[in-house]
Amino acid sequence: MQRCYYAALGMVGSPQDAEDLSQEAFVRAFRARERLDPERPFYPWLYQILRRLCYNFTRDITSRRRKLERAGSWLVAEASVRASVNDPERVRATEALRERLEGAIGDLPMAQREVFVLKEFEGLKYREIAELLDVPIGTVMSRLYAARQRLAARLEGLE
Amino acid sequence: MTDDAGRIGRLTELLMRALDDELAPGEREEFERVLVDNPELAAEWKRLSRLKEVTTNMNLRNPPEEMWAGYWTSVYSRFERGLAWVLVSIGAIVVGSWGAWQFVQDLMADADLPMFVKWSILALLVGLVMLLVSVLRHRLFVSRSDPYKEIER
Repeated sequence: MQRCYYAALGMVGSPQDAEDLSQEAFVRAFRARERLDPERPFYPWLYQILRRLCYNFTRDITSRRRKLERAGSWLVAEASVRASVNDPERVRATEALRERLEGAIGDLPMAQREVFVLKEFEGLKYREIAELLDVPIGTVMSRLYAARQRLAARLEGLE
Repeated sequence: MTDDAGRIGRLTELLMRALDDELAPGEREEFERVLVDNPELAAEWKRLSRLKEVTTNMNLRNPPEEMWAGYWTSVYSRFERGLAWVLVSIGAIVVGSWGAWQFVQDLMADADLPMFVKWSILALLVGLVMLLVSVLRHRLFVSRSDPYKEIER
């Protein structure tokens, strides 16, 4: 359940919506359980349901508006980084960086955002992402590269 | 480069693998050689390494513990509510149909109403039902066959 929640959080950027969508994915998976192939792993199948829900959610105009209203912080600096920063200036700079990164990830096209989150925040290998999304590894790498180009451009000048 | 090009150049591939620590044995030396020979790639390596450093130090925010505690209860409630909506819908359709049938019977049996008023009321009701069904069918069709539904607008 945690994996499903975090995957949704990475895609929609709102804790409340991530909870809703991940729970809805479980409900739909239960309803469609006869389509599950017991020979194949469960999570990739569940993930396909979840990502469809998240794509639809972000596409819908009403939910986009809701997303903007709910947009809160969904990333957090690692505990070790927070602990090592006692200087208020550095704390502010780290917060500014986090906010900028959140905004920049939020503006990525969904396909790039999805790959970026799976790689950077869920720590999956290219092969694992390719299997999960059912796309070639080259596609994973090109989407990730495009996402990084955009994000690096957005973060330039911010330390 | 388009999002779904499906392939990227060899140098970019090396750069990405190096960033993500997924270089195959022997590729590290190749990448380091290329980096020395190619200042543009070296600049990009520096730029993307900085981004990697930033994202490595960030995590997805953990929700409050209470959320995990009530997670499955909410999933169960959703399932229960879904079932309840199905039952409510079936009940509403049956009761509504029965009510409509009773209404039509009473209307036709009313001797005080002129015939043209009876048929006008009937036409109005049938028209409204047809409009409703048509709109619902169209919405269902669009949502199933929209070729652009996966495209980010």
